[in-house]
Amino acid sequence: MIAALAFYAFASVLIASAVMVVTARNPVYSVLFLILAFFNASALFLLIGAEFLAMILVIVYVGAVAVLFLFVVMMLDIDFARLREGFQRYAPIGAIIGGILFLELVLVLAGWRFTDLAVDLRLAPNPGGGVSNTQAIGRLLYTDYVFLFQASGLILLVAMIGAIVLTHRERVGTRRQVIADQVSRSGSVVLQNVAIGAGVSPGSILRPPPKDAPKAVEQHDTHGGHH
Amino acid sequence: MGGTTEMEIGLGHYLVVSAILLVLGIFGIFMNRKNVIIILMSVELILLAVNINFVAFSAWLNDLNGQIFAMFVLTVAAAEAAIGLAILVIYFRNRGSIEVEEISTLKG
Repeated sequence: MIAALAFYAFASVLIASAVMVVTARNPVYSVLFLILAFFNASALFLLIGAEFLAMILVIVYVGAVAVLFLFVVMMLDIDFARLREGFQRYAPIGAIIGGILFLELVLVLAGWRFTDLAVDLRLAPNPGGGVSNTQAIGRLLYTDYVFLFQASGLILLVAMIGAIVLTHRERVGTRRQVIADQVSRSGSVVLQNVAIGAGVSPGSILRPPPKDAPKAVEQHDTHGGHH
Repeated sequence: MGGTTEMEIGLGHYLVVSAILLVLGIFGIFMNRKNVIIILMSVELILLAVNINFVAFSAWLNDLNGQIFAMFVLTVAAAEAAIGLAILVIYFRNRGSIEVEEISTLKG
């Protein structure tokens, strides 16, 4: 009873927030409703007994993907009013295609049933007993699916490198640290005995004189300058 | 799918929710033809529907493979979002807008 009520509550909020994702005027609201949808989907996963996947959904989707969306939406200065020009025009065809697809899915849902062999055809039956969901997934993931697991790590690595390569740009005029130059410099680092007070003004720091400027050191007392 | 009078949540309920989510995602792609960000979010909704299907079947058959596959779907969805948004950022840098209809002018 409680589980059924919870299911209906989470499912209705999930669908309502999914509607808001695609129809909200402001994409920032869309992203926030997307986060709400992911939370409710993870609650559905919890109800169905997939705790590990529920937590992963919150961590990966809400913590990474949705925040990434939020970053991009807020970073780019986009004229959103102009992007919504064709909204009314495209709505009917979208509704028609969505309706057809939904009808097809309902037909499929009405017609299918499990085969009698379904129980025997399972590849990895849930061990049950005292084994929790997370433990069972871990046992399976690190043994039977270890290569696929590594491959998915590789996919993430490629995606990370691809995103960095795509968005990285060399700005002109910025001064970067060139470590090779720092390490290989010789002779330009000297220990000086500067007269007391010589470096105080201006800026309280002794700076090297500009190349083309006349020697500013001359006006000071030549007591302890260069040797 | 016979409507049971007692409130028993079955596999069909989850499948209906996932079907509605999938249709909403596709509807969103059609509605927001110009806004790539919403299109990417709609793709995420579609993948969420797929995940709900996987997990529901996995729970009902008592077979863990569905949950494993849902994890891989999640991984690929995260990678896809990162790459898609990176492409979106450089597209915006080049063109000053994110209208999909002009995206065929990208070359090289």
